[in-house]
Amino acid sequence: MTRRLVVVGASLSGLRAVEGARKAGFDGRITLIGAEEHLPYDRPPLSKAFLDGGAEVPFFRDESVLTGELDVELVLGTRATGLDVGQQVVRAGGWDVPYDGLVIATGATARTLPGAEELAGVHTLRTLDDALAVREALDARARTVVIGAGFIGSEVASGARKRGLPVTVVEAAPTPLVRAVGAMGAPCSALHLANGTDLRCGTAVVALEGEGRVERVRLADGSVIEADLVVVGAGAVAETRWLEGSGLRLDNGVVCDETLAAGPPGVYAAGDVARWYNPLFERHMRLEHWSSAAEQGAAAGAAAALPGTAKPYETVPYFWSDWYDTRIQFVGTPDSDEVSIALGDVESNRFVALYRSGDRLVGALALNKQREIMKFRALIARRASWSDALDFAAMRRELIPGGVR
Amino acid sequence: MKINVDYTKCTGLGICESFAPEVFEVDDNGDLVLSTDTVPEGMLDAVRQAVTGCPTEALRLEP
Repeated sequence: MTRRLVVVGASLSGLRAVEGARKAGFDGRITLIGAEEHLPYDRPPLSKAFLDGGAEVPFFRDESVLTGELDVELVLGTRATGLDVGQQVVRAGGWDVPYDGLVIATGATARTLPGAEELAGVHTLRTLDDALAVREALDARARTVVIGAGFIGSEVASGARKRGLPVTVVEAAPTPLVRAVGAMGAPCSALHLANGTDLRCGTAVVALEGEGRVERVRLADGSVIEADLVVVGAGAVAETRWLEGSGLRLDNGVVCDETLAAGPPGVYAAGDVARWYNPLFERHMRLEHWSSAAEQGAAAGAAAALPGTAKPYETVPYFWSDWYDTRIQFVGTPDSDEVSIALGDVESNRFVALYRSGDRLVGALALNKQREIMKFRALIARRASWSDALDFAAMRRELIPGGVR
Repeated sequence: MKINVDYTKCTGLGICESFAPEVFEVDDNGDLVLSTDTVPEGMLDAVRQAVTGCPTEALRLEP
């Protein structure tokens, strides 16, 4: 009997699962099921270059590569609705799709606001369709309000400012990005002010108002902002609704061991939907980052396709974001006891901040320090001590006259 | 094997440097600098990972 691999979720992680299985030598049948109509595409550009206009839709592969070279059955525009791990079938579009190996790569869904669906001009930014709608609104020179000063929201604000459009970012927390970069949220959000974005922190949105289409945003502090476009950047939730009742352990994602195995025979998870045990940090993590989604996809695809080949996956999380003319990069985890500027200085927008937990280096944030950040990622991967990290930073400072360049 | 960089695609994200720092380094302008364009002895796996790991698909290996 030919073994069959089913991959649910046709974004980066799902695509890499297919490629990972083939690269590992799997010659059985592969079915790729995706909820969106589109061929797999890349998401990071959607809130960056794509919004500036001109950029093409960032599809990963031509259909002919998927169905030919990779020999995949594509089932797009079809949402998986259930999983039976006893019978080993995925329910999708009214069909039961049997599997021997399964990769769950359904990603995450953007959070929205109550009532947002009823008004035109209110969008999240997660999918290609979202990005097309937001770009069209920016093309029409929309007055823009971004709700949530996280990375996606900040990138949208940056894109709108590049076009010279008025933008307001509304953030409920007193300081933005606390969960993402800890104490360094303030220097990041200062970039908004320096680039003419109106940043309102510590105030909630009470209402989106308009006749059929959004016209204004009302805030808890009583102020009202006129808007043609509202982008809700309030994070994303692991897409596990279709797995309820399947017996899989669901807790902020599909809970997996260090090999990305979800428990039942042949079932693995990868990407934004997976909360797996990261041996490097000795705890479960769910990441919404490009690199881990790609790597986990490849690992889970090979493991699900070829029984007995699963290996532990560990990584130092890495994400990047482009705001105005600043490249922000973060490696590791912001959960820490101390944060210290190790290179450069905050005022110049060129610095590296290091994050300590116990006696270990666990994270590093860089603004416009592309040359330094991966060196600290390597230290974190080697489980470097805090004092080793500080010594290394001192050595790097010696290489850079004045510590700034 | 030769390493080919498409500089129109590279945005200096540094994932290649993470896998093979002996070959790749990003400078502070975000430009990728190669110490060599030939894969050094014993580094083929690391360079392959760098090629696969590049989010902008800017790297290629050529015979």
